[in-house]
Amino acid sequence: MSVPSTLLGLLEPEPSHGYELKREYDTLFAHAKPLPFGQVYSTLGRLERDGHVAVEGASPGAGPDRKRYAITGSGVSQLEHWLAQAEQPEPHLQATLFAKVVLALLSGRPAATYLDTQRAAHLERMRELTAMRRAGPLRQSLLADYGLFHLEADLRWIDLTAARLDQLAKEISR
Amino acid sequence: MTMPLLRARAVAKSFGATPALRGADLDVAAGEVLAVMGPSGSGKSTLLHCLAGILRPDQGEMWYEDRRLDQLSERERSQLRRDEFGFVFQFGQLVPELPVAENVMLPLLLGGRHRREARAAAAALLDRLDLAGLERRRPGELSGGQAQRVAVARALVGRPRVIFADEPTGSLDSLSGEKVMDLLVDSAREQGATVLLVTHEARVAAYADREVVVRDGRVAALATTP
Repeated sequence: MSVPSTLLGLLEPEPSHGYELKREYDTLFAHAKPLPFGQVYSTLGRLERDGHVAVEGASPGAGPDRKRYAITGSGVSQLEHWLAQAEQPEPHLQATLFAKVVLALLSGRPAATYLDTQRAAHLERMRELTAMRRAGPLRQSLLADYGLFHLEADLRWIDLTAARLDQLAKEISR
Repeated sequence: MTMPLLRARAVAKSFGATPALRGADLDVAAGEVLAVMGPSGSGKSTLLHCLAGILRPDQGEMWYEDRRLDQLSERERSQLRRDEFGFVFQFGQLVPELPVAENVMLPLLLGGRHRREARAAAAALLDRLDLAGLERRRPGELSGGQAQRVAVARALVGRPRVIFADEPTGSLDSLSGEKVMDLLVDSAREQGATVLLVTHEARVAAYADREVVVRDGRVAALATTP
């Protein structure tokens, strides 16, 4: 999962402090593993260096830090590119796909279209693996099967999520 | 671009007050294996039944090459289904009283072909589908996978131009389902047949050349892989 892109997604609706970003990130995405403060600030530092965020004043927020970060035009382009691009279909994608869906909904972007793009990429990969499985030998077929079952599980999640986007949008609206 | 073999244009179909299709458009090219996916109740099976001339749509146009399917009489559509289409459904729908060989021969016999010729064609296909030796069994004496392969043999025996398969592996375990799909797709390609495959399973859809998704009675415009 891309922490920089996710922070850009959280910054897009309004400028925020590092502490608030961490809290929001942990609420939405971290589950059992919160984002360390050090990583938040080092990531924001890199995003600032690359011109994707800018420090906007130094008003105090809810936490101890004073820097308030705002996304730049270049940051928005970077975020949009990441959201719209299909991920390489491989097992254990759920955290990234989930983050994309949530961030797309938070910003009013077409989450359903992103899921469709991912769906097409998954099926394309499944076609390749099916051809590999059918060509054999068995040890290759079984490896291909392993990939196919995992991608199929992803696709079931994509379909289920696509059917529940309205419900999810209501739940996470802020 | 060559003319599609099958075309649906703005097809609508309701069952009583319940709309199943609400303006579906689809092109299927000759020789293509196309997967039609979608959630339960999305209208994907209704679309297949309309394209196969089993159901007549309430509105819209269905074309088979240059013929308007929706304007053919019931008799003409019935003849078209028998002569040019093959069908595989989820539960085989074999005739329980007839032995395997007779089930496979049935479409040829109904089409007026000689019994000896039909028997030879059925035997060749049963051999191709790993069913040799089961000719005299009744459907009730077969496993689910065997019965479904018999259904595939029956769909292929008349060398149809189009095979309509509605959840052909829906009642099978993974291994039997794979065997059915391997044989269905390989045999269809050998015969140059077009396959319209309705399925909700991605593993089955992955056998197709491409897929479309039906949502709320329409064929969704899908993003392409970058």
